[in-house]
Parts: sequence; C-alpha cells; structure tokens
Amino acid sequence: MNRWIFKFARRDARGSIGRMALFISSMVLGVAALVSINSFGDNLRQAIDAEARTLLGADLSFESSRPFDDSVEAVIDSLGGLQSRRTSFSSMAYFPRTNTARLVTVRGHEDGYPYYGSIESDPPEATGTYLQGRGALVDGTLMQQFDIRVGDSLRIGLNAYRIEGRLVQTPRESAAIMLFSPRVYIPLAQVDTTLLAQGSRATYEVYFRFEDGRDADAIVEDLGPSLREARVGTDTVSEEQGVWSRALTNLYRFLGLVGFTALLLGSLGVASSVNVYVRQRIQTVAVLRCFGASSWSTVGVYLIQAFGMGLLGAVLGSLIGVGIQSFIPVVLADFLPVDVTFSISWGAVLLGSGVGLGVTLLFALLPLLSVRKISPLSALRSEYDTSGNTKRDPLWWLSVFVVIVGMSVFAIIQAPSLQFGIAYTVAILFVFLLLAGTARLVMWLLLRRPPSGASYVIRQGVANLYRPHNQTLMMVLALGFGTFLVTTMLLSEQTLLGQIDLATGGDRPNLVFYDVQPDQVEDVTSAISSASLPVLDNVAMISMRVLSVKGTTVEEMRADSTLSLSWAHRREYRSTYRGELIDTEVLVEGSFAGSYSGSGPIPVSIESDVASELHVEIGDELIFDVQGIPVTTEISSVREVNWQRMQTNFFFVFPKGSLESAPATHVVMTRTESEEESAGIQSTIVQSHPNISSLDISVVLGVFEAIFSRVAFVARFMGLFSVLTGLIVLSGAVLISRFQRIEESVLLKTLGASRKTVLRIMSVEYLVLGVVGSITGTILALGAGWSISRWVFEASLVIEPLPIGLVAVSVVALTILIGRLNSRGVYDKSALEVLRSEL
Amino acid sequence: MEKVLTVTNLSKTYQSGSKSLTVLDQVSFTLKRGDTCAIVGPSGSGKTTLLGLCAGLDTPSTGSVTLCGNVLAELSEDERARVRNEHVGFVFQSFRLIPTLTALENIMVPAELRGKTDARPLAEKLLLDVGLEERSDHFPAQLSGGEQQRVALARAFINRPDVLFADEPTGNLDTETGDHVIDVLFQLNKTAETTLVLVTHDRDLSLRTNRIIRLKGGRIVEDSAAENNGLSASSVQPVGAANE
Repeated sequence: MNRWIFKFARRDARGSIGRMALFISSMVLGVAALVSINSFGDNLRQAIDAEARTLLGADLSFESSRPFDDSVEAVIDSLGGLQSRRTSFSSMAYFPRTNTARLVTVRGHEDGYPYYGSIESDPPEATGTYLQGRGALVDGTLMQQFDIRVGDSLRIGLNAYRIEGRLVQTPRESAAIMLFSPRVYIPLAQVDTTLLAQGSRATYEVYFRFEDGRDADAIVEDLGPSLREARVGTDTVSEEQGVWSRALTNLYRFLGLVGFTALLLGSLGVASSVNVYVRQRIQTVAVLRCFGASSWSTVGVYLIQAFGMGLLGAVLGSLIGVGIQSFIPVVLADFLPVDVTFSISWGAVLLGSGVGLGVTLLFALLPLLSVRKISPLSALRSEYDTSGNTKRDPLWWLSVFVVIVGMSVFAIIQAPSLQFGIAYTVAILFVFLLLAGTARLVMWLLLRRPPSGASYVIRQGVANLYRPHNQTLMMVLALGFGTFLVTTMLLSEQTLLGQIDLATGGDRPNLVFYDVQPDQVEDVTSAISSASLPVLDNVAMISMRVLSVKGTTVEEMRADSTLSLSWAHRREYRSTYRGELIDTEVLVEGSFAGSYSGSGPIPVSIESDVASELHVEIGDELIFDVQGIPVTTEISSVREVNWQRMQTNFFFVFPKGSLESAPATHVVMTRTESEEESAGIQSTIVQSHPNISSLDISVVLGVFEAIFSRVAFVARFMGLFSVLTGLIVLSGAVLISRFQRIEESVLLKTLGASRKTVLRIMSVEYLVLGVVGSITGTILALGAGWSISRWVFEASLVIEPLPIGLVAVSVVALTILIGRLNSRGVYDKSALEVLRSEL
Repeated sequence: MEKVLTVTNLSKTYQSGSKSLTVLDQVSFTLKRGDTCAIVGPSGSGKTTLLGLCAGLDTPSTGSVTLCGNVLAELSEDERARVRNEHVGFVFQSFRLIPTLTALENIMVPAELRGKTDARPLAEKLLLDVGLEERSDHFPAQLSGGEQQRVALARAFINRPDVLFADEPTGNLDTETGDHVIDVLFQLNKTAETTLVLVTHDRDLSLRTNRIIRLKGGRIVEDSAAENNGLSASSVQPVGAANE
C-alpha cells in the first residue's frame, strides 16, 4: 500500500503541475525572505566574530567623563602594553571658506589607535599625515553637505586645522551614527583645552594593546570595582562583540519576522489552492475508495504531493533568498560596523526551507483532512459530497491547534524578545481572525439581505460572494492583510514625521546655543537681538550627580547586591532653578516650590520616571554632588514632562535662591525662519565665542529624516515580500475561482448574456471584495497605528486622510484589475469545450 | 453453488429535516457465483442505492448485506474498502477513469492497491483483451467514450473480482458502442466466472442476464428468479416490460 501511495502520488501529479504552480508560488517569497535574512544574519555574525578586535580597535579600553584621576593613572601605568589616548567632545566646527558652522563630535587622537583594523580615509595617507601637525580628518558626508574640500581650514575652539582628508570608515562607528553627529578627527595634542573646561561634556579614553596575550576580560574582572568607584567604564573585545552582536541580531531577527509574515500570508494561499485541488479530486478519491484504497492512504497521496510541491517551493524560495541575500548588506550598509562578505549559510537555508515546508504541509493538511470524508458513493452519485463538513472533525481542530502553536513557537524563537514574539503572534492572530470574521459577516449579511432591488448584474455579482466554492474569505484575507501592512507603515511614518512638526512648529525655538558661560550670556542674547531674532529661552544648567538616596549613598548601594542600581543613580544630571512650572510640565504630586529661604534641605521637583527609578516620593531626601559640593535636597513635588517638545526640560528643577552661586552654563534658544538666518547667527556667535555650541533643529530634522528614510526603506524592502505574496495569493484566488466560473459564464452566455454583462458581473464581485478588504484592512491599520503611536512612539496618532485613502482606493482598483486580467477569455470559451473538459 | 451476495431485509431511509424518506424498503435476494443479474426500474426507484449498499459504499438503515462471507455492517469503512479490493469490481455510467493516469495506469490501480507486483503485465493482457493495446499510453481525455468504458472494464476485472457491479454501463454510449462494450463485459465475465450485478434502463441488456430484479418505490416488484421458482408468480410482470 505504501509503495502504491508514492507511485500514485507521482503519476497523479503529472497532469496537475500547472495548477500546483499556484500552490508553490504563494510560499516561495516567504521562504526567500526567511532564507535571505537568516543567511545574512549568519554572515553578519561571522563578520563580527572575525573582526571582533577591529570593532574596539584594541584589546581593552577605559572611558570616563572626566579626566582620569591619579589612582586611575596609576592603574593605567601599571598595565603597560601599548597605550593610546583619545578625548572626544561635542563642539562647533567652523569652516571659514564657506563661512559655515556645524556641531560635530571631535575626537582628539594619539598615534597608535586603532591597534586592530584601520581608519580609512580619502586620500588613504591622510590617516597618518593629520597627526603630524595641525591636521584633521572630516566626515565625508559633512564635507559634501557643506562643500568642504581637502586642504580647506577648519576651526574648533581657538585652534585652526588643515583638512587632510575625508573619513571613510572608522572603528566602532557606523554610517548611521556618523549622520547623527559627524566626526572630526584631530591630533589630541592640538585640542583647544579651553573647550574641555568645567561643565563641558567630554569623554576621556585610553586604549590598550597587550602583545603578551594578557586576558583583557580577566583584567576587567580584577580591576572592575576600583575603576567603577572612580567612575571609569571599561570595554573589551568580547563586550564590544556582544553589544554589536545583540543589537544586530535583534535587527535581523526583526526583519526575519517581517519575512515570516510573508510566509504566513503565503500559507493561506497554500491552504486555498489545496482546498480547490481537493475539490477537483473528489471523483478520483471516490473511485480509489471504490477499488479499495483506505481513507488515510488517499490523504497520504495528496500529502506526498503537497510535500513534493512544498519541497520544490522551498528549494525555489531558497535560491531566490540566496540571490536576495547579496543585496541585503547594500540595504543595511549604513547600520553595519563591519563589512559583511557574502557566503551561503546552509543552516539558514535549511531553516528557511524547513519552516517553509513545515508551514506548507500544515496548511495543506487542513483541507486535505477532508479527503478522509469523501465517500466512495460519490463515484456513483456525483452530487453526493461529504467532504465539506470538516469543522466538526476533531482532527481538523487538532491541526488548527498545531498550526497556531507551531507558528507561535517559531515567531517567538525568531523575534528579538519573548514579549515581542508574543505580541507579534497575538497581533497576527487577531488581524487574521478579524479579517476572516469580517469576510464571514459580509457573506452572512449578503445572504440574509441581498440587494433584491438592484439590477441583475449587481445581484448576480453580489451573489457570487456567498455562493458555494466562493473565494471571499481568501480574497478578503489577502486584500485586507496587504492593506493593513501598507497603511500601518504609512501611519507610523506620518506619526513620526508629525511629531517633528509638532516639536518645531509654531513659534517654538529651532536654534539652540549651549555651553554658554554666564559671562557670555549677555553677548549672545544681544547678538541674537541684533540679528532681529527673538530670545525664546535663557536657562542656567548646573551639572550634578546623585550622591545618596534616602540616606544610603550610591556607593553603598553599588556594594550591596540586594539593592538595584539604575541609570537614574549613575547618570550626570543637568538641572536648573526657576520660580514656576513651564508649559511642558504638569504637576502630578506635591506642591512646586518656587523659592528657597536658605535654611534646611532645598525643596526640589522631580520628574515622574526618575522618581520611580530612584524609588523616591514626596518628602524623601536626596543629596547631590554639585561639582564637588554635597547639596541636600528634599522632594517637594513630582512632575510629568513632555520631552517631545523642543524646550529645555529637566529631571530636577531647583527653586530660585538655591543654585545661583553654583558653576553653570546657559542654554539660549531662538527661532530662525531661514537657513541663511540660522547660518548667519551661528557663524557670528561661534566666531566670537568658540566654546559655544549650537544646534540647528532643521539640521537635526534633516538627519532624522535621512536616517528615517533608510529605516523606512529597509522596512518597505521587507514589507514588499508580504505585499507581493498578498498579490500572488490574490491572483491565485482569482485564478482558482476562474476555473469555477467558466462553467457559469458559458451557461449565462448560452442563455443570452452579453460579454459586457458577464464582465460587469465579475467587476461588481471584485469591487465589493476590494472595498470590504481595503476598508477592513484600513480600520485594522488605524487600530495598529494607534497602538504603535501610543505604546512605541508615545505620541498621538497622526492621520493624513489623502495617502491612506489613496492606498484604499488603489487596493480596490488593483483587485478589479487583477480580477479582470485573470478572468479574460472566460467568456470566449466555447460551451462544448467547457462541458467536455475535466474542470 | 457458493453464495456470493446475500441481501436480507435491506432498507435505507434518509432524514430530510423532520421528514424521513425511505428509498429502499425490505429488499432481499441472493446471488451465487457466476450469476448475472439486472436491477431495473424507473428513476428514483432505488436501483443505485441498492447497488451502493451491496458494494459496501454506503451503510443501510436496517437489514444486512453479506458479500463473499463478509457481513458488511460489521466492518469499518476501511475494512469494507479492503473487501471491495479483494472481491469487487466496478463499472460506472460515466466511466470514472482517473484523468491524470494513462489507460494502462488506470487499469493497474486496483491491482497495485492490492500490492500485486505483476500489475503491469496483467493490465497489458486486459488491455489486449478489450482491444486497446495501442492506446495504453493515452490519457482518458484522448479516448472516445467507448474506449474509456472498455478501459474501465479492464480495470474492473484486473483483480478477478467475485462480484462486478455495473451502474448503467452503456448509459453514456451510443447503441453500437454500447453493444460492443457489453459483448466485452459478458466475455470477461464468462472467463472470470464473476457474479454480475447490473443496474440498467436498457431492456436488451437486462435480457442478457439470467435474473432480473425490478424495483419500484424502493421495493422489489418483480424478481425473475422468484417467478421461476413459482414463489410469487401472481405479482410478476413480463420481464420485457422493464422499460415500458
């Protein structure tokens, strides 16, 4: 019997390859997406492993936000090996030839670094020459934006430098990071030390190379506690490798999940085409049953065919996936710290093919189970069909359960995190169930309340939606899911971009000057006023750290493993003092103290998130280290802050009369209406006060949009798999129903219906399907968009009706177009040909 | 002679909403090896239902069918399939050849299902017997109706069945082709000593069998075997009236 199953499956499949092509095509792209992303992920891991040392550029690094104190210097000295220092800080770079200025990250380097890998520049020799005198290497994109050339001069602080070359590739930094803050490399010895004065943000690093093969991780473990005490962070090759590996694994896993969505959508196509395939095989199965085939052996025949087709689809998908894989590094180039070389990952190919094959078999099994129910009596009476009542079959429900569990487990394994995997599974199930429910509801409503007063064409077209063997469910799923994906992406983009408009719109400031020393405030504000620009904000900022919380010092907490230390304990705060709340703040607890009498702890207002991180409430004591001086405070109020507004917002606000004598820097804000105005005032202030930095929000916006467009491109690239699969499933559903409606068209033709009438009936059907699919998809996308904006972006949903409406209308138009294209020739079939053919 | 098919008080009732419809009512008869029997009667009289029940394609509401010693009601669906494979052959009105298999492969199906290793030579021999040796690689769509039915006959006989059930075997054929197919059917039947059960509207065909059972409204209204035995002569009409 077993041999017969294989033999018959092979023979029977010969004549069905064409129809089975639909089956294969709907899951090919999903497999391709999975294979390409996972294979790329393996390549990426290999690249990171191979270039682990170049990621750090050394064996070990120390990092601190203040110059290393004597004890740390002693440790550095004792470690020996090759050492190279680097100091990084943000500052304005002024380019005299073009009279432009831009906030950059300056890196002052000593010779030697990187010990592994290299800094790549154009021209290549510039990586050596810039360290000889007062040379500089400047980020290539920045040079292009500001029309800066090699040989031009550049001023940072009071020092001028000659640009020796453009930076092409640097250790630890991807192109995306560079976009946020362009890099300028200068010799460490040539840094204008006045820029590193008290209050400025700088990072001091020392890089080690141990040629004696010492274990950097062991050194870190040994020295860790004392270095942490001195607020020195450490980094080793394995830590750096781990950080990149985790971040990039999350990225490609997320993309893999998008690919998996395409596979899921394709699997619906599989189920649909197998369903129709089974219906076309009822007579064959009945005859086989008459001649003695058992019910499971007939299921086995078609399961083997499904396996064969699934395998073929998996192989095709893998081939396409490997082809696509070579493009992914190009798509993701800006986010990668290493060059990824192409190689086929057989593990990924096996996984993608295996999942594709598994999904195909599971989804094919659902309709195939009905084969068991085909009675041999159907061979005698063709109208006798017992295959349809699968919903009462416990095995069918068991298979549905296995499908859901299988999908969920894979999604959770593939997702960047457990929560993400669960959320994805629930969301996908919810969307699919809702779409299926809508399709069923529409069929039920149309059956109960058909448009009886409408014309024959409309009545017939609508009736096609609920007649036996209709494709309504499949079409609504494919159309609805496609619309849902595209519209959700669109809504997310609109919401994000809307946030930027909200942040900078109206009369809000869009140009910020910071690191303004108290004695420079008057100069800066008068320069702004002279340029006929408004001074919208002028706020003092004082740097401080938390020393103790409710009587326990942070050091004590660090030593006690039972207490948890968060970022709120460790970070450096910039706080201000003022007499009132501003419009981005809402008081949620206590009362805001606007002034301080001078005795007792200072009443401070704390931001709500920090309050919960520090586990403090009204009346609790906090002691701050304000640049060496302990300042005792008491929480008097808790505020919620809208961080998305372009405003000087703070975690801690002190009352007037408390911090006026502390060393402060000021932030001055204004609003410019044009690029020229912005460049003019920045240039004026940077030239007269080189220590002051400025941030033009429109430039940040530009950078954000550039990054966002790259992210959106990647998302669209992966989303494309799902949309294309949706179109294939849609075409498949239309083609499948074509086989069924040829007979009906011929009958209508015989009874006197014109070509126009037949085509109009079909158009009405596709119009209704398109409208139902696109409306349901759009409504679901609005729900998803709202959830994403609420929980991910923490913003209100921005809906621009025109593009969303355009997507919905396009889906309807596309449905009618595909329906009409795939139905062409239906009317041209001769009655005799149709009646004779085995449909 | 050995009893091959015993039908006892066979009834079949379908439930349609709150109504029940009896399509077969207390039917009994017995057939021995080599018997040829025609079941005749008007449309809706229960002929095909009776055939389906006799072959174990369906289960009766009451009564029993014993096929080659197997009480069908006691068997599961798959066990009945095994009994059909071992003892039964079928010929259908619309041939029911599997469209994706060639003529030869169609004939081989029952033998292969039985696990026979010599299915191919057996099928080739039968193809020769039905005069279609030149058409072995043709698919059903490439054969005429008569040729398709001859392939179906070869398929029905490949396992040398004890009983052959034929449902209107000439119903889809013109007279000349039908006659040729019936000649082949009776020739094969004679060679294989098969019991033949025919459902037909064709008077001439029914006259070629040695027993005729006439159904009306689900009941046997005439059984030529009974007439010959003198059991119910008063109710028996002339056999030739079957199609009148």
